[in-house]
Amino acid sequence: MKSLSLKNNLIGYTFIGPFVIGFLLFTLVPALASLYFSVTDYDLLSTPSFIGMENYTEMFTNDSKFFASLKVTFLYVFIGVPLRLAFALFVAMILNTASKAIGLYRTVYYLPSIIGGSVAVSIMWRNLYGDEGVINHFLNMLGLDSVRWFAEPAAALWMLITLSVWQFGSSMLIFLAGLKNIPGELYEASNVDGAGPVIRFFKITLPMLSPIILFNTIMQTIGAFMTFVPAYIISKGEGGPLDGTLLYSLYLFRQAFVYFDMGYASAMAWIMLIIIAILTGLLFWTSKRWVHYESKGGH
Amino acid sequence: MMIKKLKWPIYHIFVAALAVGMVYPVLWLLMSSFKESNLIFATADSLIPQPWIWENYKIGWIGIAGQSFGTFIMNSLEIVVISTIGAVLSSAFIAFGFARLNFVGKSFWFGIMMVTLMLPHDVVLVPQYILFAKMEWLNSIKPIVIPQYFGIPFFIFLLIQFIRTIPTELDEAATIDGCGKFRLFFRIILPLVVPALATASIFSFYWRWEDLLGPVLYLNRPSLYPVSMGLKMFLDSDTVSNWGAMFAMSIVSLLPVLAIFFAFQKYIVEGISTSGLK
Repeated sequence: MKSLSLKNNLIGYTFIGPFVIGFLLFTLVPALASLYFSVTDYDLLSTPSFIGMENYTEMFTNDSKFFASLKVTFLYVFIGVPLRLAFALFVAMILNTASKAIGLYRTVYYLPSIIGGSVAVSIMWRNLYGDEGVINHFLNMLGLDSVRWFAEPAAALWMLITLSVWQFGSSMLIFLAGLKNIPGELYEASNVDGAGPVIRFFKITLPMLSPIILFNTIMQTIGAFMTFVPAYIISKGEGGPLDGTLLYSLYLFRQAFVYFDMGYASAMAWIMLIIIAILTGLLFWTSKRWVHYESKGGH
Repeated sequence: MMIKKLKWPIYHIFVAALAVGMVYPVLWLLMSSFKESNLIFATADSLIPQPWIWENYKIGWIGIAGQSFGTFIMNSLEIVVISTIGAVLSSAFIAFGFARLNFVGKSFWFGIMMVTLMLPHDVVLVPQYILFAKMEWLNSIKPIVIPQYFGIPFFIFLLIQFIRTIPTELDEAATIDGCGKFRLFFRIILPLVVPALATASIFSFYWRWEDLLGPVLYLNRPSLYPVSMGLKMFLDSDTVSNWGAMFAMSIVSLLPVLAIFFAFQKYIVEGISTSGLK
């Protein structure tokens, strides 16, 4: 075994140096500071004063807004992410044919993902759902009553969920790449066996795509948990009506930069980290049951 | 045979209808920006402006809070260009270290990088703000652009994947010719990873262009505001009279994004398919 000379180490760390410094300066030290702030009362102006676990107990015993925002965020994540992924997979399967127009359709379906995070699109979405907006016109056309999207919390959340599902394009592209990699022989063999499309989907397509589905689910769940811009713009920074769009990130932002309760916001950040870690852990844990990895040594 | 012949038109009608549904909101925004403000919602069910007017663009361009919309665009461009150069070059430099060099602790730092890839930004939000405030960086673009020069995990990951596809024989030949690691990176590897650099640049452009949280936290003067903050100011003064201008400037803010999308689609699709970038 070749031992690594001092020179090799020096060169190696010169190259990854920027990352190491940036990590210490902008991630590790702030993360530790955040852990400390989370057990203090700190308003930015005076020095932080140690209050033990008070921020955490306040959060779980005395803050109905915290629970409201947690509920809204869970609904947003657990409805929005599966809907978005199911839609992405559905469209990817439809587009996975040899038609010449596929490139054009793919472009159009993908477009919302590119512009979806912008303030412009959030402004657009806000206006689509206005009392006189396109969505209500459309509902009336179908003979349904208008919905007052900005008055009812349950309805308001659907503005955010539909905006998230509308941006299914990036997941669709990843699924398309995955579908192209499934060997055609698998489907041919199943044709010989007389398997129908439903069986083929559940016995071939889904298992072969499962590693990609796992990866997508994890990244999209984390991303959804951190969603800020649409809630901030659509509710004009308030999270209303009646906290109906108060996503976790927005509430954390308001604690920090509207009420200047830095200690409480830091505690909220750590609870968010723990929730995300648990969700990711659960996904990995259950993945042993449903994710199919091709056995090594094949081909 | 009949069924197969029928299937294609039905398929295309369905897929095309879905496509129209997808772009309809953007089309509505575009067409509304040519309507008179007081007619936008009265005629929300029709796409065709009657009459067609350009005034919204003129009024919108005059801007808000004493700043022209052109100022917001120049501010955005400044942030985007300075950030993107830093993010892409530093990420390539770091990626070379991970992909091609051997040193003690490499897998440890690689693991750290993969964790930061998934770390929610909210955890460091408050302390970073305090740090930048203590350094007196508030009301400047420093807190937004300087961290970009320390590598962006997504881009590092993308570039590592790309560098790994380059045959190591090239490195070996260069090393035999007496080429050091730095020259190897700048002269041989960097020119070969240009497609991945393009992908990273496009995404860096998108992320900085649409970024709202950074400017909300760190910029408090309208003369420093980028496009995202300019639009937010339009929204905050949301009245019947300026809907048209707000819509028009929303369209203007999307134009660079759309132009890059249509020009460089190939790189974008590749970036997403290979690394899950969004």
